[in-house]
Amino acid sequence: MAFAAPRHEHFAHDADIGVRGRGRTLAEAFAQAGMALTAVVTDPATVQETLSVALACESSEPEGLLFDWLNAVVFEMATRDVLFARYEVEIEGERLRARGFGEPVVVERHQPAVEVKGATMTALRVAREADGSWVVECVVDV
Amino acid sequence: MDLSLLTRRSEHEWAIEPRGKMRVPGVLFASEPLVRAMDHKVYEQVTNVATLPGILSASFAMPDAHWGYGFAVGGVAAFDPEEGVVSAGGVGFDISCGVRSLRTRLTRAEIDPRKKELADALFHTIPAGVGSRGQIRLGAEEMDRMLRGGARWAVERGYGEAGDLERVEERGAMRDARPEWVSDRAKARMRDEVGTLGSGNHYLEVQEVVEVFDEAAAGAFGLRTGDIVVSIHCGSRGLGHQIGTEALKEMLEAGQRYGIDLPDRELACAPIRSKEGERYLGAMRAAINVALANRQAITHLAREAFASVLKQADLTLLYDVSHNTCKVETHAVGGRPREVYIHRKGATRAFGPGHRDLPDALRSVGQPVLIGGTMGTCSWVLVGTESGMARSFGSACHGAGRAMSRHQALKQWHGRHVVDELEGRGILVRSPSLRGVAEEAPGAYKDVTEVVDATERAGLARRVAKLVPVVVVKG
Repeated sequence: MAFAAPRHEHFAHDADIGVRGRGRTLAEAFAQAGMALTAVVTDPATVQETLSVALACESSEPEGLLFDWLNAVVFEMATRDVLFARYEVEIEGERLRARGFGEPVVVERHQPAVEVKGATMTALRVAREADGSWVVECVVDV
Repeated sequence: MDLSLLTRRSEHEWAIEPRGKMRVPGVLFASEPLVRAMDHKVYEQVTNVATLPGILSASFAMPDAHWGYGFAVGGVAAFDPEEGVVSAGGVGFDISCGVRSLRTRLTRAEIDPRKKELADALFHTIPAGVGSRGQIRLGAEEMDRMLRGGARWAVERGYGEAGDLERVEERGAMRDARPEWVSDRAKARMRDEVGTLGSGNHYLEVQEVVEVFDEAAAGAFGLRTGDIVVSIHCGSRGLGHQIGTEALKEMLEAGQRYGIDLPDRELACAPIRSKEGERYLGAMRAAINVALANRQAITHLAREAFASVLKQADLTLLYDVSHNTCKVETHAVGGRPREVYIHRKGATRAFGPGHRDLPDALRSVGQPVLIGGTMGTCSWVLVGTESGMARSFGSACHGAGRAMSRHQALKQWHGRHVVDELEGRGILVRSPSLRGVAEEAPGAYKDVTEVVDATERAGLARRVAKLVPVVVVKG
């Protein structure tokens, strides 16, 4: 079975928004979920790579790791005023290490719609598809 | 919601009779059309809250109730101090999000010729939207002073006048705030955000009083038809959210240890009299102070902007309400007064006449209850009533609530068209993001007037005045 390219998407959820990442590996799916966070704020194609930020988190459960990962990205976005255009993610067991590449928010160019305030435990899911690929999803509060 | 699941107690009161693990009934205050339109999830969430230890009287839903994390937005629940629990999901993530309204001593006729300048001045003076920063950068000690002092701290720093404070809940400073229980990460999210509006559904509006429903209360509030008021809707920014997220994780573990049976993870809670419960309450109170300080700092900026355009403007507080809180209050339970911990999530405190916490000028009338609408429709001023004290622990609705997701709104509207259409109706919108405006289009929200009507008919609060937007600064 041919595997579709890694990708990110949103799903509708009442007042907030769901983020979903798909990838051939768990790490790739996590990176795509991070891209979905950027897409809540702006069109990721408008974000350039002028800086990079190291991120790390740890959790004994895959869902907990996703929750912590998304919150770690949100924290960097909020405290550094950055948007990420790409991530390199490595997951070994309970530990995640990553690097996010992006740039500071430029209001005129990015037209940032809304801040992401944090991940929630609603629709929090890490799963493997029939073709062996990964899908991860979570509703984020805006 | 399926009406057959409910017992209709009166025209605007519906009960979910206790069954299973429910300790008390659920009670929904709403008109029949509003109940029909409510998601079934509201039914589940009101039912879930009714199972929590120490809950008193009932698990309530206000007329604008909709799905939320754990508790429904529009959920109200009071707990016994000894047997009860506190839940981060019962407060909401944007702790102490609320509305502050100011009178201006201006009339519509006076501002109309200067409306555009006023809109531009407000937009340039008040930081709004993603990535905006305030003028104050807080060091560690000053941060702690702010977390303890709230609006009082802001006034001491020169952002406003001492007279402002008596018209803020808690007289401007929430007691028993514990800055030492606010994490460094939460503080980092607030370092330079005091005096910023934020994004999403937060705004500052210049509004006109277009209709008065209760002359006596409007007189006491200083509102007449044709008057201009300013309303600010925002909360505790990233700090409140960080506290909520951390508490959710901590309470999930604590709840298991204390043997609390949870029907939903987002309902995570801890006993009020536990280390985790006290830590959350102390941090949450500090976050309330952040929201109070923030609305006070924005008030100061709004005064500067008005003074630069209309020198005769005199902005004084009508009132400041918070609609995401857990507070200790005294209420009648089973006919006798007792102390309760009351969660109001997307619900406004609505104290009736005579309440000792109200300032002298308002005590005989009742508390102003400020309800935000959308940038294209209207907002409302209500007043707390004695019957509301008896029915819902002195709680009322908080706003319109979304009718569709941001995604759907974005498909349906273009930001530019929304701005142009509103301008054609005399409403000037200023926002750093046209996409943000599209996602917040008035049509994406429910009809706030229907909610307010039901609130009055259910006896929770009484309508005083209707406000329509003239200038909107959107985050």
